Amino acid sequence: MKPAPFAYAKARSVAHAIELLAHDDARLLAGGQSLIATLNMRLSHPALLVDLNGVAGLDRIASKNGHLELGALVRHAQAERSAEVARGAPLIALALPHIGHPAIRNRGTIGGSLAFADPAAELPACLVALAGELDISGANGQRTIRADDFFKGLFETALAPRDVLTAIRVPAATAETRVGFAEFARRHGDYAIVGLAACARAESKRLGDLRLAYFGVGATPVRARRAERALAEGDLGAAVGALAQDLDPPSDVHATGAVKTHLAGVLLRRVARQLGQPS
Amino acid sequence: MSERFHDVTVTVNGEEVRERVDARTTLVDFLREELGLTGSHVGCEHGVCGACSVRLDGAVVRGCLTLAVQCDGAHVDTIEGVSDTGEIADLQRAFVERNALQCGFCTPGMLLSAQELLAAGGVPGRATIRAHLSGNYCRCTGYQAIVDAVEAVAKARSGTTP
Repeated sequence: MKPAPFAYAKARSVAHAIELLAHDDARLLAGGQSLIATLNMRLSHPALLVDLNGVAGLDRIASKNGHLELGALVRHAQAERSAEVARGAPLIALALPHIGHPAIRNRGTIGGSLAFADPAAELPACLVALAGELDISGANGQRTIRADDFFKGLFETALAPRDVLTAIRVPAATAETRVGFAEFARRHGDYAIVGLAACARAESKRLGDLRLAYFGVGATPVRARRAERALAEGDLGAAVGALAQDLDPPSDVHATGAVKTHLAGVLLRRVARQLGQPS
Repeated sequence: MSERFHDVTVTVNGEEVRERVDARTTLVDFLREELGLTGSHVGCEHGVCGACSVRLDGAVVRGCLTLAVQCDGAHVDTIEGVSDTGEIADLQRAFVERNALQCGFCTPGMLLSAQELLAAGGVPGRATIRAHLSGNYCRCTGYQAIVDAVEAVAKARSGTTP
């Protein structure tokens, strides 16, 4: 199908984008790899598309103050090639090759993926696992929000209609950082049936600050908190057992909830092995 | 300016074209219907099949998930362009020799995606070739011959086979 008619405006700056978003039924366009598909299928029909592409300064990758910052317009492929991302955010580097296909990653953006907040997408779970934060500019100024508070529901985030996500920040990996990532998908590039992003700090006999963020098991990324406590103490069996309480995945066309819970345990065993290795 | 129609200047296969486009026109429809470049195909129209693959400022993208209006000032290469310049002549020959196509619908996108991988240099493993082509669906060949062709060209270009 072809999109319904809409107007188009190219934003010159973030402030200009916010101004343009005052129009009725305006939508932000970043990489467009989800939005344009929904336009083509007429699942969405905005009156105005506000194109963020080309706004200066939104495609930077920078290390500062012990953090790695990625501009919202950093494309997946750009992050995939970045030595700074590989060094400072190895979890994101592990996840990137699982996102769509090369042509999608050439165009899709980090910010777009997070703002769209598909429950089966990789990056939202990574940002939760990394305890990252998001910089947002809106009609009432700028604010920073923690990933834990950003994902509100199915395709629903803390972004208000005139908000622009401008950058994300994650604590830069250190020698003690351990990360793990695994997902099940039927075909390469598909959204995951179940996936797991994990981050921890290696201590002498345990894992500190362990965060297990599952995706594809609910409306948002889901922390498996009981499993975290068990795995932090090295009890993998108890951690896998705790998933039945931590997760309550809805059945869908790909798998029943019970199958997903089982797969979540398989992924946890794989990721636990990765966490045992220096990242 | 928040309007539906916009004037764009796009360099397509090295030639500058100026057109007035409706904002809702995808890049692949613009190429096919306005410029008559029908080598890029329209398949699924939601970014899954890869038949519409074109190069935008050097990177292979989905022609169905990019709007023509976004391409103002950009360079676009299509299968017609890379065929005419001879950039992928060896790859096209390898596809024919190995029967890496049957109906040909996916072939333009497949060639552009393969060329992007090959241009990175070296001889990618078969798993890497498959991963890179995973976003280009072929319903005829079963992929084996396509992977063979890409692998053969990678080896030939890097001088690892006579």
